[in-house]
Formats: sequence, C-alpha cells, structure tokens
Amino acid sequence: MTAVDEVLGMLSDPFMQRALIVAALVGLSAPVIGTYLVQRRLALLGDGIGHVALTGVALGWLAGTWLEVARQDALALPGAVLAAVVGAVAIEVVRARGRTSGDVALALLFYGGIAGGVLIIGQAGGTSANLVGYLFGSISTVSTSDVWLTVVLSAVVLAVGVGLRTALFAVSQDEEFARAGGIPVRALNLLIAVVAALTVTVAMRVVGLLLVSALMIVPVAVAQLMASSFHRTMAIAMTIGVVVTVSGLSITYWEDAAPGAMIVVLAIGLYALTAVLRPLVRRLRPRPPGDPHPQLEDDVQLTAPRTT
Amino acid sequence: MTDVLTATGLRVSLGGATILHDVDLTVTDGEVVGLLGANGSGKSTLVRALVGVVPHERGTVRLFGEPLGRRTPWKRIGYVPQRVAVGSGVPATAHEVVISGLLHGRRLVPPRHARRRASEALELVGLDHLGHRACQELSGGQQQRVLIARALVRRPDLLLLDEPVAGVDLPSQQAFADALRDLAATGTTVVVVLHELGALAPLVRRAVVLRHGRVVHDGAPPAPAPGHAGPSHDHVHPHEDVGSAPADPLGLSGTVGWTA
Repeated sequence: MTAVDEVLGMLSDPFMQRALIVAALVGLSAPVIGTYLVQRRLALLGDGIGHVALTGVALGWLAGTWLEVARQDALALPGAVLAAVVGAVAIEVVRARGRTSGDVALALLFYGGIAGGVLIIGQAGGTSANLVGYLFGSISTVSTSDVWLTVVLSAVVLAVGVGLRTALFAVSQDEEFARAGGIPVRALNLLIAVVAALTVTVAMRVVGLLLVSALMIVPVAVAQLMASSFHRTMAIAMTIGVVVTVSGLSITYWEDAAPGAMIVVLAIGLYALTAVLRPLVRRLRPRPPGDPHPQLEDDVQLTAPRTT
Repeated sequence: MTDVLTATGLRVSLGGATILHDVDLTVTDGEVVGLLGANGSGKSTLVRALVGVVPHERGTVRLFGEPLGRRTPWKRIGYVPQRVAVGSGVPATAHEVVISGLLHGRRLVPPRHARRRASEALELVGLDHLGHRACQELSGGQQQRVLIARALVRRPDLLLLDEPVAGVDLPSQQAFADALRDLAATGTTVVVVLHELGALAPLVRRAVVLRHGRVVHDGAPPAPAPGHAGPSHDHVHPHEDVGSAPADPLGLSGTVGWTA
C-alpha cells in the first residue's frame, strides 16, 4: 500500500471525515479570538472558561438525568455553552470593575470549575471518568449533528472576529481611546468574552477543555514571531491553526495517540522551531541599508564631537 | 462665537479621592487653550472627564452642545491620550493604529478610503514612510506622533491633547507646534495639557491653570515660575527668545507658581 492509498483510505473513513471537518473549523476559528485575547493580555481567559465549561457539562448531565432524555450526555454540550458564556461574562465584569485582580479571578474559576464539575457529575449518577472525554477531547466520536453545530458556532466566531476586526482591535489595543471616541466599549468587551466562550465549547470536542486555550493562544504566539501587523498575525495564526489540527489528527489515524495532545504538541513544537529559526532567517534577509536612527539634530551642544 | 465645550460644576472622584472640585470651563470655537498645572493637579483627569473616559460625579459636560453619550458628535472630536507605549502583545503597524481612529460612536467598521485617509494623517505628522512598520519598533516620539495621527484621521473640529510633547525631542516639538498652528489656522479648536508652553507659546492665547483640582487662573498665559526661566533651564524652553507669552500679564507670576 502506497502513501497515497493510505491517505485516500483515511479520507474515505466517515469517522475521519467528520473529525477532519471539525478539526479544520476549530483550527481556523480558535486563533481568531485568541489574537484578541493575547492583545488584551488575557491569554489564560480561555483556560478559565474551559474549566467553568466542565461544570456546565456536568450540569447538562444532571439535567439530562432529571429530564430522562435518551442519551445521558445529550445536554452536556448545551450545558457547556451556557456555563462558558456565563463564566466569560463574569470574568469580563470582574475585570472591568477592577476590584479583584484578573489572575485571582481566573484562579477562582479554575478551581471552582473543576471541583463543581466533579461534584455535580457524581450527583448526576456518573463518575469523573465520564468527564475525561471532555477534559481531553473525543474527536473520534463526533456525530453528524456535532459537525453541524460546529459549523454554525465557528461561522458565528468567524463572522464576529473577522467582520468586526477593526472595532475589536481598537477596543483591545487602547480601551481608553475607544471610550473617548464614543465606541460602545463595554458591549464589545462582552462580545469578545461571549465569542471566546463559544470558541471554547467548539474546540472542546477536538482538544478537550484542559487544552482548549492552547489552540487559541499557541498559533498566535507563533504568528507573532513572524508578522509585524495585526491582520497578518491573525491570518498566519489561522493558517497555523488549520495545519496543526489537520496534521495532528491525521497522524493519530496511523499512530495510536490522543489527537488533542498530538495537536497541541505539534503547535508548541512549531513555536519552538520558529523561535530557533527566526534569528537565522532575519540574518539572511537583506536589511535596508543605512542608519536605523532617525536623522535628528542633537538636543545638546557638543563643542568637540568625538569622531571615533 | 459658539461654545464648543462647556463643563459646569464638574466634580470627579477616583478611588474615593476627589480629583476635581467643581471645575467650570467653556471653550469657544477656534480657541487654543493650554491646561497647565503641576503633576497631580488634575489636568489629565479634566481632559479625560471631558471626553468621558472617567465618569464625573456631579456637573455636566457638553461637547458641541450635546451631553456626553450617544448623541455626542464623536466624529468631530479627536483625543490624544497621555501615553508613550502604543505597543502590546500582538504587533500592530502604525497604519492599523491610525485606522482604528476612524471608528467612533456607532461606526464600528472603517469607512471607505480608510487606508488613504490613514496615510494622509500619518503624512501630517511626518510618518507616512513608516506606516507599515510595527509600532513597537518606533521610537517614543514617533509612537506619540502615531497617536496624534490617530486623532487627526477623523479631521476633528475639537482636538484634546494630553501632554503631546512630553518626552519628545525639540525638533519634533517644533514640528508638532507648526502642525498645530496650521490646524488652528483652519479653525480647529484645541485644548492641550502642558507642563510648560515651550514651543507652543506663540499659539496658546489662553491658559487655564489647575491647582489641587481647582481652576486658579483662566486668561492670558502666565509667566513660568521663577527657577524655570533661568539660564540653567534653557534646554526645556527652546524658544525663550520668541517668548511671546506676556512676561507677567496679570501680575500672576508670584502667585501662580505651578511648579511648587
């Protein structure tokens, strides 16, 4: 069997088809919102939301048990979306008020989210083992309805994140100036928080809640090393996102490994490679000749300037 | 003469401390007003309250006759905050930062010809050749000029600047003064927070001096406090010889020692 046959075999597998579509969509949309989070110095926000979403998953199970729906986990994803949105809005409100410092608020969410999830899943008649699929991802079990949900959610994320990019950039880059221009800063901040929450729940299936933030942040970290403009950073990050999710998932088709972890390790490996290669590339690239200092007169009078 | 900016009985508290005590300020069309005062006298807070960045506890602010809020004609107002660092985690070019100045009020998507207008604004501050460079790579003075271009890109009728020449070298200060003179000549109203008039002295016809959050002088620019006018201080008064600020117009130099 040749390599081409192997790839065709993978692509004709319906499980793999669904998984690849979901992975590519997540890889495309997660770095969009990640770019704003990095710019706002809220790189860990995705993690905070992810932990809260775990409580949402457990609450979904609990609701499913009470309502006696067919599949116990049918309401897990809606529960996660709800909890993530509530958590993200809460973080944003705390941040805007400036009462508690951001990292303490995030720490409270981290621990509260995990502990709440484990306690509630017990009440719902499940065990912590049921949560593992959400913590580390379960892309191989993606159903057709999951694919459609992912398509819709990532369409929302892309429409907001790319369509309003100038406004979201303005608010993230200089909140004070945006406010002084009458821009609805609070509404846009909440929008970023809500879209971040949606992204987390979309990415949950692919890499799991514990690694969700990596898919939002690491591609941006790599892109930052290469680009000098905001738009290009976002575009490169989106490309990297798709490449690492699709290739990471494909590797696990042949090698027995956890897809979520493989994707994240690939992304971080790419970061390390870029960081190492960047000085070499810079050296090869011809620098514009001349003095980098602006040509300005001295502020002081020198009687006898040294010539050496 | 119409009133461009009116603040009446403005009181601002930050963190429980009252920063501004019942400040009244009226600026009419085409004026160039200097806001002077020592560090911590409340001049930055006043400007920030005027554009709604910090909330006011009492009093009213009207810009072009409209109260602060949705009805404010934000398009006509340009604000340059006091800050040197434009950089943040993600790189952004000077062009992108200036384009963000085209958004105001309900306009959340840049208008057509945004790129051309941003280039024009950068040209006004002499940076059009650096528009594609990341702001983080620019010098402090250049970053400050990017912030000025971001305010000018709207073509504002009222320009509020918070220490625009702090930490900027003398030739750039002079270039900035020239640009501001041209704007004022076309009828732009300017409110500028300053430590000292410096290169802007020929331009500023009216000075408002704050001390401990109260207006203590409003009128012709007072002379610099003693010790700031001596020969040893020459380096921050590049145009002492021009010195168009009246030496002691109201006999205030003894009482308005805002350097103390």
